[in-house]
Amino acid sequence: MTILPDTSVASRVQAIVSEHADLDGPLLPILHRVQSEYGYVPESAIRPLADALNISRADVHGVVSFYHDFHTAPRGRHVVKICRAEACQARGGQALEDHIRKVLRLNWNETSSDGAITLEPVYCLGLCACGPAALIDERPVAKLTGEKVERLVREMV
Amino acid sequence: MGLSMNGVTRIFVPGDMAARALGADDVARAISRESDERGLDIRVTRNGSRGMVFHEPLVEIERDGVRYGFGAMEASDVAALFNDPDTHPKALGPVDDLDWMKRQTRLTYARCGVIDPLDLDEYEAFGGLAGLRAALKRAPQRIIDEVKASGLRGRGGAGFPTGIKWQTVHDAEARQKYIVCNADEGDSGTFADRMLMEGDPFCLIEGMAIAGLAVGATKGYIYLRSEYPDAIRMMDAATIIARQNGLLGADILGSGKTFDLEIRVGAGAYVCGEETALLNSLEGKRGVVRAKPPLPALEGFFGQPTVVNNVISLAAVPFILAEGGEAYAAHGIGRSRGTIPLQIAGNVKYGGLFEAAFGMTLGEIVNKIGGGTASGKPVRAVQVGGPLGAYFPPDLFDTPFGYEDFSSKEGLIGHAGITVFDDSVDMGRMARFAMEFCAIESCGKCTPCRIGAVRGVETIDRIRDGDAGAMALLTDLCDTMKAGSLCALGGFTPYPVMSALNHFPEDFLPEGHKEAAE
Repeated sequence: MTILPDTSVASRVQAIVSEHADLDGPLLPILHRVQSEYGYVPESAIRPLADALNISRADVHGVVSFYHDFHTAPRGRHVVKICRAEACQARGGQALEDHIRKVLRLNWNETSSDGAITLEPVYCLGLCACGPAALIDERPVAKLTGEKVERLVREMV
Repeated sequence: MGLSMNGVTRIFVPGDMAARALGADDVARAISRESDERGLDIRVTRNGSRGMVFHEPLVEIERDGVRYGFGAMEASDVAALFNDPDTHPKALGPVDDLDWMKRQTRLTYARCGVIDPLDLDEYEAFGGLAGLRAALKRAPQRIIDEVKASGLRGRGGAGFPTGIKWQTVHDAEARQKYIVCNADEGDSGTFADRMLMEGDPFCLIEGMAIAGLAVGATKGYIYLRSEYPDAIRMMDAATIIARQNGLLGADILGSGKTFDLEIRVGAGAYVCGEETALLNSLEGKRGVVRAKPPLPALEGFFGQPTVVNNVISLAAVPFILAEGGEAYAAHGIGRSRGTIPLQIAGNVKYGGLFEAAFGMTLGEIVNKIGGGTASGKPVRAVQVGGPLGAYFPPDLFDTPFGYEDFSSKEGLIGHAGITVFDDSVDMGRMARFAMEFCAIESCGKCTPCRIGAVRGVETIDRIRDGDAGAMALLTDLCDTMKAGSLCALGGFTPYPVMSALNHFPEDFLPEGHKEAAE
């Protein structure tokens, strides 16, 4: 099998870079945009990004790998982010974490085999007076119980 | 009180993320549907939160200028509200008369939860823009003098005097200076920045514009964490409205002066709340901490003089310019002047944001305002200042809330998050979590943090497995991290660890945590 350069990703990346041409230090906004379009930052985007911004591929890779938000492989159709920070732990977060991992049969940062759900930890959503809290796709949910989470998951898939 | 829906023209349903997480969107939909079905002409406003998270979703109806509260509302409570608000089981009475509201000194949060966050006219009607107008009439030095007179210190946690930071940037010579707002509120137990940005976004924009005028910066950035999607949408929308109405741009409020700002979204790195890591991230780099000096005030964003201030520091500034630094400094204790938005969180009965003058004791905050634990069990520990803050046992509840008062007890106030734990907490596990978190979030630049956090987890495991000799090792490791780390992540992780070890040594014994785990 020959691997051809992914010209569609390259041209899309160049367009995104030129949309951000007037920003100073534009790499994070660009990566956010790439990820919002592809669901992750494809390997084939690294070289065109580096070329367009006149930085090395190592620089781009370094930034992508540094931040928890950027992913180099597709995630599930839905992302469940459970808060693991102290204020949620004080309200029974640990038991809830264990319950969710059991119900979803997923560990942190794993995606279900049908590609439906990715489970991620998050360290604080600013919902600290009404935990345990989670972000389901972009929907915030709080005062979670095992039952409530199971219902939300059923509604989602 | 003879309430009925007759005469009610406006209903408030918070659009705040916490209220939404508790079902506010369903309640708002039910209210609009009910109102339409009854043919009523009622305007529904999605306001910010009043801070009473325990009442969220807090619905308010306005009649004859008085706002009556109902909470915590569910969609199924809405029909009864329209039938007879007077006898509604969730009626709380006039919101401004509630004890929780009356006991506060709301200077920074005066409008939060009160107004429509994106209505600039309402913002102005409730005192907005008065600070910016006052600033526009003054020379930059006189703006800085006012901030100095207020005694305002950095609300992000470091507590550095804001006026002195501004002076440094003002005095620096450069072709371009910047105002950077640190809205990377990653500390667990804190949500003051989020609540302000969602509830009164123009207040932050006004504060940044004043800072720009003071130091001669024409460009600002708000570095906002990605975990706050609602705040991002709100700040984006407010920035556009501010630009359209001449509050931002090349001629702010017709003064001929320039200031504009840009919202930048973080990417899930806790360490980017540290100002130099934040600047690297803003420049499009890995969020690695920079050695200081040079100070960001002299060499910040792309090497230019930069003010990096927390959301709450900047949002306090409009009041200070409008009412005078002395009016702000009149509140507080010692060198902790003005007010602080206490965020009462975790296992607490009445959790939320409570703005008060510095000086209340920790015990008053936890027991009187917070009402003790939500579980009804005794309070065992309170973590003050986020994941890098110390755990306080009830023995230290007489500590007054102030920068120096907390540092004299081997703690810090940080961003004023107060996380309450009941007696089911395993403090050995919390100490381990502090090290684990530091290991996950370390930027990797300095050894004490990068390696120390990993060794810290291992050492705590050894102690909890019965190796009492490892206690001295943990103490030693914490000293090294404290003294040798480049920034507060590695440098302050010892606070929760050592406070847990000193105040709750029994939780580090093998039998101690096994019992607690059962």
